Amino acid sequence: MPSLIDLRRRIRSVKNTQQITKAMKMVAAAKLRRAQERVIAARPFSSSYEKLLSDVVAAASGDERVASHPLLAVREEQRIQLILLTSDRGLAGAFNSNLIKGAQSFIKDKPGVEVQIEAVGRKGRDFFRRRDQPISGEHTGIFDKSLFADADGIAKKAAGRYANSDADAVYILYNEFKSVMSQRLTVKKILPVPVPEGRKTMDYIFEQPPDQLLGRLLPNYVAIMIYAAILESAAAEHAARMVAMESASTNAGKVIEQLTLFLNRVRQASITREIIEVVSGAAALE
Amino acid sequence: MAATFELEIATPERLLVKELVTEAQLPAAGGEIGVLPGHAPLLSELGIGALSYVVNGERHRLAVAGGVIEVQAETCRVLAMAAEKPSEIDSARAQAAEKRAMERLATMKENLDYARALNALNRAQARLKVAQ
Repeated sequence: MPSLIDLRRRIRSVKNTQQITKAMKMVAAAKLRRAQERVIAARPFSSSYEKLLSDVVAAASGDERVASHPLLAVREEQRIQLILLTSDRGLAGAFNSNLIKGAQSFIKDKPGVEVQIEAVGRKGRDFFRRRDQPISGEHTGIFDKSLFADADGIAKKAAGRYANSDADAVYILYNEFKSVMSQRLTVKKILPVPVPEGRKTMDYIFEQPPDQLLGRLLPNYVAIMIYAAILESAAAEHAARMVAMESASTNAGKVIEQLTLFLNRVRQASITREIIEVVSGAAALE
Repeated sequence: MAATFELEIATPERLLVKELVTEAQLPAAGGEIGVLPGHAPLLSELGIGALSYVVNGERHRLAVAGGVIEVQAETCRVLAMAAEKPSEIDSARAQAAEKRAMERLATMKENLDYARALNALNRAQARLKVAQ
C-alpha cells in the first residue's frame, strides 16, 4: 500500500503537468488563429496568380518555345527531390510521424529511384539524418515567421536542381489543414510545373510575348506553391498540437480523479484501522 | 459613368490595396504604364520601381519589385512579389543599400552578379523615391 504522502506527491505532479498542457493548448490556439489569418491573407494572391497563369498559357499554347521551357520539360523520373515539410517542435500528436511514414512509403513506392530529401523542419531532418537517407538541404525555424522569402529560396534551389537535371521531378509532402480536427497528408508534384488548364477568358494586349511572360511567371509560381504549402503546414501543426494538448489535459484530469479516489480509500482504511485499534485496546482493558 | 476603377495590389503574404481609384501609374518591365478607367485589357510583367495611385484626389505611393499586372476595363490587379508602403521603408537602410550597389557596379563587369547588383540598386532607388 503506497503511503499517503507518496499519493499526494503524485497528484501534485500530475496537476503540474496538466497546467503545462493546458497552457500549451492555449498558446497553440492563439498561434493557430494567426496561422489561419495568414492562409486567408495569402489566398487572393495565389488564386489570381493561377487564373492569370492559365490565361497566359492559353495565349501561349501552340508556341514551341513554351514546351521547351526548362521548368516544363518532362523527363523519366530517376532522381526525385522530395521537399518534406515537418514541424520544428514535437508534442503535436501524430503530426510528424504521419509525415515521416508518408515519406517512407513515398520512397518505397518508387523502387530504383534515388529520392533526395529537402528537409524543411527539424523533425523530418533529424529522422532521415539518422537513417542515412540522402538529404540535399535543410531549413529550420521558418514556420514561426512564414516569410515568402524563405519559400522563394527553397523554390529557387529546387528549380535550379531541376533545370540542371540533378532532379527529374520535384514533389512536396506536407500536412494540409482541413479542419482543426483533421489534417490531410498531401503529396504534390511541383516540377515539372503542373500548369493550370489554359482557358481564354479575355483578349489581352500582351506587353511581352506570351511565351516570355510565361517564362517569367513560372519560377514564381513554384515559390507560390511552396509558400502555400508552408502556410497550410503551419496551421495544421498548431491545430494538431492544440488537439493533442486538449486530450492530454483531459487524460491528466482522469488520472487525477483516479488517484484522488485511491488516496481517499487509503486514508479511510488507515482511519478505520486506527479506530479498530483503539476500540480493541479499550475492550482488552475491561 | 463613375471615373474610377478598382485597384487591387497583392503580395504573396497579404492584400495591400483594394480600393476605387481614379488613376494609377505602374512601373511595368517595359516602362511606366498609366492606367485610367476603361483601359483595354492588358497583361504585363511588373518591373522594379515606384507605383502610385490616386484616391479622392490624393496620391499614394508604394515600392514594388517584380510580378505581373492585369488590367481590365473596371479592374486593375497588381500581383507583386514584394511591395512596401512608405511607412514600412527604412530610408537609412535603403540608402546604405544604394551606396553598396553603386560601389559594386563600379567595380564589376557584365555577369550574373552585375545583374544582381543592378536589381539591388533599382530596388533601393525605388524605395527611396517612395519614402520621400
